Amino acid sequence: MQERLIERAKELLAEGTVVRVLGWKRGDLGYDPEPAYFNSPEELEDFVYDGFCGANLSKYMIQAGKLEGNTLVFLKPCDTYSFNQLIKEHRVNREKTYIIGVGCKGTLDIDKVKSAGIKGIERVSCQGDVLKIQTIYGEKEFPFQEALLERCTVCKGKTHQIYDELIGAEEGEEAGPLGNRFEMVEKLEAMSPEERFAFWQKELSKCIRCNACRNVCPACSCLKCVFDSNQFDSAQKANADTFEEQMFHIIRAFHVAGRCTDCGECSRVCPQGIPLHLLNRKFIKDINEFYGEYQAGEDTESRAPLTNFTFEDVEPGIVSERGGRH
Amino acid sequence: MYQIAKNRLPELFAAIAGREDLFLPINKSGQANFGLWSEEAQVDLDTLKTVKSGKDCFFPQSETLYSCKKEEGKLSIDPARLTEEPFVVFGMRACDVQGLKVLDNVFLKDPVDSFYAARREHGTVVALACHEPEETCFCKVFGIDAANPGADVAAWMIGETLFWRPLTEKGEALTGMVKDLLSDGEDRAVEEEKAQIRAIIEKLPYSHLNLSRFQPENTMDLFDDPRWEEMYQPCLACGTCTFVCPTCQCYDIKDFNTGEGVQRYRCWDSCMYSDFTMMAHGNMRTSQMQRFRQRFMHKLVYYPANNEGMYSCVGCGRCVSKCPASLNIVKVIKKLGGEA
Amino acid sequence: MQVENKKEFRPKIVAFCCNWCSYAGADLAGSSRLAYPADVKIIRVPCSCRVNPMFILRAFQRGADGVILCGCHPGDCHYTTGNYYARRRMTLLFSMLDYLGVEHGRTRVEWVSAAEGVKFSTTMNEFVEKIYSLGENVRLEDLRCKRD
Repeated sequence: MQERLIERAKELLAEGTVVRVLGWKRGDLGYDPEPAYFNSPEELEDFVYDGFCGANLSKYMIQAGKLEGNTLVFLKPCDTYSFNQLIKEHRVNREKTYIIGVGCKGTLDIDKVKSAGIKGIERVSCQGDVLKIQTIYGEKEFPFQEALLERCTVCKGKTHQIYDELIGAEEGEEAGPLGNRFEMVEKLEAMSPEERFAFWQKELSKCIRCNACRNVCPACSCLKCVFDSNQFDSAQKANADTFEEQMFHIIRAFHVAGRCTDCGECSRVCPQGIPLHLLNRKFIKDINEFYGEYQAGEDTESRAPLTNFTFEDVEPGIVSERGGRH
Repeated sequence: MYQIAKNRLPELFAAIAGREDLFLPINKSGQANFGLWSEEAQVDLDTLKTVKSGKDCFFPQSETLYSCKKEEGKLSIDPARLTEEPFVVFGMRACDVQGLKVLDNVFLKDPVDSFYAARREHGTVVALACHEPEETCFCKVFGIDAANPGADVAAWMIGETLFWRPLTEKGEALTGMVKDLLSDGEDRAVEEEKAQIRAIIEKLPYSHLNLSRFQPENTMDLFDDPRWEEMYQPCLACGTCTFVCPTCQCYDIKDFNTGEGVQRYRCWDSCMYSDFTMMAHGNMRTSQMQRFRQRFMHKLVYYPANNEGMYSCVGCGRCVSKCPASLNIVKVIKKLGGEA
Repeated sequence: MQVENKKEFRPKIVAFCCNWCSYAGADLAGSSRLAYPADVKIIRVPCSCRVNPMFILRAFQRGADGVILCGCHPGDCHYTTGNYYARRRMTLLFSMLDYLGVEHGRTRVEWVSAAEGVKFSTTMNEFVEKIYSLGENVRLEDLRCKRD
């Protein structure tokens, strides 16, 4: 498929439909492609598309939309939800974007491969259901399915929500057997408050406030984040007290509540492996239960749950009624 | 040379911790970071590289400098206490140890950073050789020998045995403290291990990067290189690379209003952040390209120019494995320094 | 940090009250000589929907043991719909705090009109009682802000 994408990109560049291409550029180790702009057919030689192209390119389109000329962007099915959401929030310029929806078999987490004891990786290639891994200790194999990022084990579907053309994807294509994305949220809800508190303390105390989760998040598109603003003492920069960890993550999750498409980038990039998606999914689950099923990024028109209401909405007291665990 | 069986390490740690604070890699929710030892702590010596380097044992991510309080119309200032008790950091790697030397050049030169100096004075470092260096490692490029970590005590974990060699006075003192648990060890096993480690390092993909262009005389050429403009593009402007780095030493000083007073603290800052070096007149680096360039120019050009050629990258490769956009210093070295 | 036993524990409670209904309700409670504990500190806000989640967290950080938000009854908002938005926000925020293990009794929303002095005082009495039973807030505290 990679060749087809390159070929099509070259055509679109040649015919002048677009002046640049936003895609992924090959790295050194076979698992480290970087998001990149390609301005010429020659540069496209380094274009790569494989399971390690997990990066969601829709957020880069905020910048690209401000550049001169049209941009071709490759979006995986779940990336298109983010792009739609950005359109809804008037952050990207649809007119200056040419979207090729690319088929996706799932994106991979190299740490899963490494934690299985595979070291000294030089190259990785995918052959059917198996990853062939060239290491300095010889060739190793690893099942593709087991290397999937958590988000891909609960894939929200193979259907692109927005595109100009599709490559390597069929309309109506369905994802394989999937897990329940709320499973862990439910598990946490079933715990006692003490257990939940202990769980989150352990997780959030790892946070180093690098802001990777925020900066990668397509829903976090504020020009000036409240945590960066020197006008408020919320800009503490470090977790000088455990409260700061809670504050940062509660506020961040809340700010994207109803706008988070559950693309899972936050958890993918967290250097400390904090399951940040569990915060977002809690909001998604609550929104679904209280205000009806809602998937951010499915359309570009509807009102988001937190900018909407009904006269019959549940009262906040529901939390105590439902909980009542102590 | 001394040795101790791997299964007796908990005794060793308990013995050290009985007298001094002991920091070592501890696994919490799946990630290893340096932390204070306790009976319950899940010590993790198998993970080659902790997420954060051991840097924060000496230069914590956040530390209070002083607190002010207003009581009954009077203002009192309470400076934070300097570290006065000895402590031990176990399990730093050769790269982390070199990272401390980079920090020393910054913090121990005039004006001396008293907080850092106090910790350096009281801390004893036991460094662990890297049994199996990984593909992201490139310490060799900076002349660091992962097989022979120089610290107060050098240690090798070989099979079921930990070998232990004190190298400094502090190291000797620590060894004396736990002598009962150690027995005499053979040099031979360690020499074999060293050879094996070096053989692995030779084969690593990044072991032969070419740094020759990163010289003070090329400063302006490198600074003006048009390729920064394309290299920085994927950068998300997060601080991951700076916070996992063993040599990044920039900090910010901030005030926290406690309601009844002010706590002045310092915390790691990142040159990737838009308010980095923000001053009254504004910020001299106004674009992400400039900030990106600053980070690598500092590591590879400015710092060595001011410190007898010592690079302020130690090749630990943490940024290589952690960058959300897969950008890293290796890509910069390859692009601007030329392929090996 | 001091260790307090329950008898000595005096909770700090922050009540955000909207200007048009609940603040007037509190006034009425006062002028009707209806008692409610002095542990409740009222912060007047123009509308219940002025309260963003940061206010609630900040109150806890600064030492509150309980935070209550009072606004006009749904349908009676001075700005027509503010309290409907507040209702959704607080529902989700409280649920998130509960999810993080913070006792859900520490947060509450109550609709109190300008005529409901009695409701204001009973609500506050109940809430203070609840916070007494929960004790000091330690799960959402900032140690730097603790008095010693």
